[in-house]
Amino acid sequence: MSANAQIHAVEDNHDDHGHHKQTFVTKYIFSTDHKMISKQYMITGIFMGVIGILMSLFFRLQLAWPDHKFTIFEIFLGKWGEDGVMDPSVYLALVTIHGTIMVFFVLTAGLSGTFSNLLIPLQIGARDMASGFLNMVSYWLFFISSMIMLSSLFVEAGPASAGWTIYPPLSALPQAIPGSGMGMNLWLIAMAIFIASSLLGSLNFIVTVLNLRTKGMSMTRLPLTIWSFFLTAIIGVVSFPVLFSAVLMLIMDRSFGTSFFLSDIYIAGEVLHHQGGSPVLFEHLFWFLGHPEVYIVILPAMGIVSEIMATNSRKPIFGYRAMVASLLAIAFLSTIVWGHHMFISGMNPFLGSVFTFTTLLIAIPSAVKSFNWITTLWRGKLQMNVAMLWSIGFVSTFITGGLTGIIMGDSALDINIHDTYFIVAHFHLVMGISAAYGFIAGVYHWFPIMFEGRMMNKKLGYIHFWVTAIGAYGIFFPMHFVGLAGLPRRYYTNTAFPYFDDLHDINVVMTIFAIMTIAVQVVFLYNFIHSMFYGKMAPKNPWNANTLEWTAERKHIHGNWDGPIPHVHRWPYDYSKLNKDETDFVIPGQDFIPQYVPLQDNEDELDH
Amino acid sequence: MTAFLVILVILLFLIAVWQIKRIFQLAQTKVVGHADIATDKDNNSQGYLMMGFLAFIYILTIVSFWLWYDTLLPESGSEHGSEIDNLMLISMILIFFVGIITQGVLHYFAFIYRGNKVARATFYADNDKLEFIWTIIPVITLAGLIIYGLFTWTDIMNVDKDDDPLIVELYAQQFNWKARYGGNDNTLGEANVRLIKGVNVLGVDPADPNGKDDKVVTELHLPVGRKVLIKMRSQDVLHSAYMPHFRAQMNCVPGMITQFAFTPSVTTEDMRLTDHVINKVDNINKIRREKSEELQAMGDEPLDPYEFDYLVLCNKICGISHYNMQMKIIVESEEDYKAWLAEQPTLAEQLSKEN
Repeated sequence: MSANAQIHAVEDNHDDHGHHKQTFVTKYIFSTDHKMISKQYMITGIFMGVIGILMSLFFRLQLAWPDHKFTIFEIFLGKWGEDGVMDPSVYLALVTIHGTIMVFFVLTAGLSGTFSNLLIPLQIGARDMASGFLNMVSYWLFFISSMIMLSSLFVEAGPASAGWTIYPPLSALPQAIPGSGMGMNLWLIAMAIFIASSLLGSLNFIVTVLNLRTKGMSMTRLPLTIWSFFLTAIIGVVSFPVLFSAVLMLIMDRSFGTSFFLSDIYIAGEVLHHQGGSPVLFEHLFWFLGHPEVYIVILPAMGIVSEIMATNSRKPIFGYRAMVASLLAIAFLSTIVWGHHMFISGMNPFLGSVFTFTTLLIAIPSAVKSFNWITTLWRGKLQMNVAMLWSIGFVSTFITGGLTGIIMGDSALDINIHDTYFIVAHFHLVMGISAAYGFIAGVYHWFPIMFEGRMMNKKLGYIHFWVTAIGAYGIFFPMHFVGLAGLPRRYYTNTAFPYFDDLHDINVVMTIFAIMTIAVQVVFLYNFIHSMFYGKMAPKNPWNANTLEWTAERKHIHGNWDGPIPHVHRWPYDYSKLNKDETDFVIPGQDFIPQYVPLQDNEDELDH
Repeated sequence: MTAFLVILVILLFLIAVWQIKRIFQLAQTKVVGHADIATDKDNNSQGYLMMGFLAFIYILTIVSFWLWYDTLLPESGSEHGSEIDNLMLISMILIFFVGIITQGVLHYFAFIYRGNKVARATFYADNDKLEFIWTIIPVITLAGLIIYGLFTWTDIMNVDKDDDPLIVELYAQQFNWKARYGGNDNTLGEANVRLIKGVNVLGVDPADPNGKDDKVVTELHLPVGRKVLIKMRSQDVLHSAYMPHFRAQMNCVPGMITQFAFTPSVTTEDMRLTDHVINKVDNINKIRREKSEELQAMGDEPLDPYEFDYLVLCNKICGISHYNMQMKIIVESEEDYKAWLAEQPTLAEQLSKEN
């Protein structure tokens, strides 16, 4: 702590932060400032999101009207959309790249990259990340990775098409599917670089949270956002290297003739020399990351939602300690449940029993969190700001999606719904939609911090929320029925044989809702870009929040606070706390007590 | 049906438009404070919209069941399947119960505690007793589900060799299925992809005496009421043998033999006579008739009417024609099955014919 204090002492004397000479390149491109890096992550994430979502529009159109010819396919898909008919191989490519982009590039880098970078230094009271340089490297590796992934769309044989889980042998053999040629090489290279980026970022977050907290900011006074970013980073450091090893071995199997994942294969009229490998090994390695990955996606959203809900309810988050404990429990359990993706992979059924047990355990902390969010609303004074609506929406989709997880996680039930549309509906609601809601909530809430006091338009925000909320349920609730009807996922069309003909209606309904939901995102993009330049200026602390980021300088300066860093005297959730006589709030007429305010004479210390 | 759906969607769209209009109206009245921070008016209108949204969720649920219940899988065609269906029903009732209540409470709180100038929030930071209650209730419920689930799972996955199951190999390749019967000795001959040659497309070892009487077919026939142990192989990439009507599924992994055992309990003929299947087939044929009329109008061949059959589908992405990798399964009486099997040539016969 003394070293820390010294750093602060030195920096505190360093008052004239404005004197750094900033060129366009150092300010907007190779910036080492966490606020700029955060915006870079956000804009790259949104850009990738637009591409990923447009892909989903294409395959939803194909699923709803398989016989119809769409000019849009001809325009965007080129030789794979001749005469407006989608080619089956590009359908698989679209679902693969949609999954990859949305999971890794939007909901991992876009969500955690944006808000960890923005909020960790600002909310713990630090001048910047522990290493601004590594932070910059992390972003640029992410950028390079995104570009490589996008460049794979223009490869002659098409991008990777083996599903986002890239199970070998399909992903290892170009004879098996055209996308497993150059497209898969680029996918693997992009992911290797992505992992490097993610690790640099995560290590930086962990070090910053542990070492650079301002005076008084003990771990139990951290906002829940910081707890969730911190644990997300730890899960990332634990599990991403395992994916890296899987990627490396797959590269070797593909290019150097090793047999880690391949054995006894007869394809395209010849026997391959590979022997002794096992695709099941790949599944274990992949899901050792892949499962924690979904918590890497959802934990930051949970943190963001907890913070926004408390602020807009004008109440403390209910059960702060339980919230932290359940985050810890989820983070720990997330690393020992990966086998529930593999109940019917051919692994020993006893393992299936073990993973069923651990998987259903994880429902307990998730339930506790949901109940605590609901209780946070109880007897609150809810301020229905746009971010608050997204947070309530998050709890709703998280509950709906989470409950079907109880079915998926039960190995006996998984037998018949594994890899059907039921799982697609489940994970889109609990992970995709919920995490996206968390991201959007964060954008609306912290927009004034990111863009020097500008706010996003409220009315457009309301329209964006309600249409999206209705659309998201309209897409994914009926999808459960498709799954329970037994339709496997990743089918280019379900009318090749008659059995699923009666699902056509549901597909049309889902696609119409999807078009509606995608269309309304244009409102968001317009609002976002317009508000960046013309948004109304916010008051200094527009949501009357307690956390430190609202005390920082509005104009972005390197070092965040012009003067000394504020010290912290209380937890971040003293909303509507009454004085000892219960006649008024502790600070008369003000229902919140920011963290930098020392304990007052007229209040009880409640061990927070 | 389609017309109804279109009307439903238009209706929902109109509701959305109406809500948007209302938002505008409410938002356009003179604002107090900052224009982009929620006012009491906003709190009020958004609170009501929360209740409207709750109604939307409930209605969507009811409408979905009403419209699409018929599309779901029919009753199980296997013995263990009814166990799975039972467990599924219990889990579904549980999650619907919890879901309906929590969604109701969430949105109701969002409505009833919408802020206004006079309201004051209650400083309510924790309550150990309450948190203990809602930790322990999920623990107990989930423990029950886990135990039930694990017993079911173990029953299904542990194959008792004393049952003398019929041994059948299911062989997957891009993009079709083949099946191999063990013949009179009910034992499959050793096989490896390195031995694939000519008509011996499954790579059965010609030197293995067990393989001589094996029979390779492209349509799976199973006798009703006898346990069948399906051994699965794949020759190229991962496939998954998904038999939804039997509540059975297992991946086919190159380099490995996986297995799944079940007892078919309803013949194909009997299954066709169940209400659910009759309904479903009627629906499908109605759709196909409409499509046939369109096709005939354009001068194309009409579609054949559809008749229900059990299927094995590929359920692991396996390449371009993944969506059409399927095989018919016919469950019939022991006699019919034996008669059919007797007509199939053995591998030894096929090999000698080739030479």
